[in-house]
Amino acid sequence: MDRVSKMIIEVRALAKQFDDVQAVADVDFDVDQGELFGFLGPNGAGKTTTINMLTGLARPDAGTIRIAGVDCSMHPKAAQHLMGIVPDESNLYPELSGYDNLCFCGALYGMSKPARQKRAAELLEQFDLADAAARSFAGYSKGMKRKLTIAAGIIHQPQILFLDEPTTGIDVASARQIRQLIAALNAAGTTIFLTTHYIEEAQRLCRRIAFIVKGRVVRTDTVEDLMRQADGRHVVQFAVGAGAAALCEAIAGEFPAVTCRLSADGGIRVESGQPVRVGPLVRFLEDRGAEVSEARKVQPSLEEVFVAVTGIEADAMKREKEKAGGSA
Amino acid sequence: MKAWIAFWNIMLKDVRTYYLKPPNVSWGLIFPLAWAGMFFIRSGAGIGSVASLLPGVMAVSVLFGTTSLLAVTVTFEKKGRSFDRMLLAPIPLELLMLAKTAGAILFGVANAFVPVAIAAFLTDLSAVAWGTLIPAVLLIAISSTFLGLFVAVSVKEVFEAQAFSNFFRFPMLFLCGLFFPIEQLPLWLRPLSYFLPLTYGADILHAAIHRPAAMPLAMDFAILGIFSAILFAMSIKNIRRKWIL
Repeated sequence: MDRVSKMIIEVRALAKQFDDVQAVADVDFDVDQGELFGFLGPNGAGKTTTINMLTGLARPDAGTIRIAGVDCSMHPKAAQHLMGIVPDESNLYPELSGYDNLCFCGALYGMSKPARQKRAAELLEQFDLADAAARSFAGYSKGMKRKLTIAAGIIHQPQILFLDEPTTGIDVASARQIRQLIAALNAAGTTIFLTTHYIEEAQRLCRRIAFIVKGRVVRTDTVEDLMRQADGRHVVQFAVGAGAAALCEAIAGEFPAVTCRLSADGGIRVESGQPVRVGPLVRFLEDRGAEVSEARKVQPSLEEVFVAVTGIEADAMKREKEKAGGSA
Repeated sequence: MKAWIAFWNIMLKDVRTYYLKPPNVSWGLIFPLAWAGMFFIRSGAGIGSVASLLPGVMAVSVLFGTTSLLAVTVTFEKKGRSFDRMLLAPIPLELLMLAKTAGAILFGVANAFVPVAIAAFLTDLSAVAWGTLIPAVLLIAISSTFLGLFVAVSVKEVFEAQAFSNFFRFPMLFLCGLFFPIEQLPLWLRPLSYFLPLTYGADILHAAIHRPAAMPLAMDFAILGIFSAILFAMSIKNIRRKWIL
């Protein structure tokens, strides 16, 4: 099967403006059938606006969207039966029980009563929520709410699942369980469009990733190809206490073969195409009064590529999101 | 067929979640009773005035019952984003909004018959033209519900919906001929009465219960129907313009 016939989502020159803010500009990408595609970017990058346009909750100002061959820019309702949508906030009905919420969502997609009841019971079991099935959604923990919201998104067994920041604001154990569920859904054949600001999550789950910054897709590639860019880079991070900025400048002057910048936690990050010799750097820093409490080699990761491509500190992006969205 | 599964379940959810809740049931009972009591005492005409008060009390019950709850079932759900879940479902927007309003229409009709049930113990209702009264109540409930929908989709907050509803509801009550004949209104106010859907509903209710209609009944029904269609179409247009950005 060639690439074109495998495509389930085709987006061309997509644009959206809110007042004087260009939320999405000239965005192009494709998603293959059965693929787990990541959309990675900081707050306000245009991830949710893009999902809203793909799913029919927002109208594009320009560009085309084709889902399963249907032109959704002209007929936004035409492909909604193929989609499951999990928004960035759990938006089920607080007064309904977990079971009733799932049955109601099944009914919205025209499922018969026996079919939605059977599927709701299966999903509650699969998502470890069977014991809480009769409790009202309002009484669920954040992690339980996220899991039930995902279950609601797949009750009608959609071909494409849109997941908007599925692990933001929830505890580590629930986030881990949700990642496993996402991987299992994709393994079972569901195409998944995942937006996230967690780089490690995108790296672990996705086959291809698009980096989006200020409404523009700056790079789309497979994780494998993106990681190739990080190969051969050597990174060492130093914890130096106060005065990191001045020390960083001093290193840049003394060691021209390395690049030095401040890390998000207030330390110093030294990068080079050659292996970094830690001893001379530590001595250099200590000679200038720095208290070097830690020097650690950082394994090249997608984060390095993201920072190199977008110029955005990944840690800063994560903190900003957590401040806005929860405690994950 | 599948869209009707969605329609039925949206309506059923709203009825169970909102309309059958004890505060709303008691609102549906107490509000008409309070209005009936107020006008009964004010008229001072004794039991004989019950039939003449009945159209007004029925219309008030429908109008307030329908418009008040749509602020919750639509504006509140939109604010909490659970409404987006329905907008993303593969059902036409018109059918979705009919499902969201069907519960309010039923609630309005049920409210209208609370004062009728009470009046049945106080006065003789054998002269009531039920064949005219029942469709009139249904059409008043539909037009009031669509007025509530128009208000609910024009605002962002529940309190705005309540305030905006009152902007329409109270002038409508006193200008539509329910409690004071339109002929007794100052001349400059009378044209305004004919721009209010309840004027035509009130005329049918009066005709069905105790006195001849001021306008041809067919015209009353037709104008109520036109008001309903216009309010529904404007609400759908507002949703497309404001909620599907």
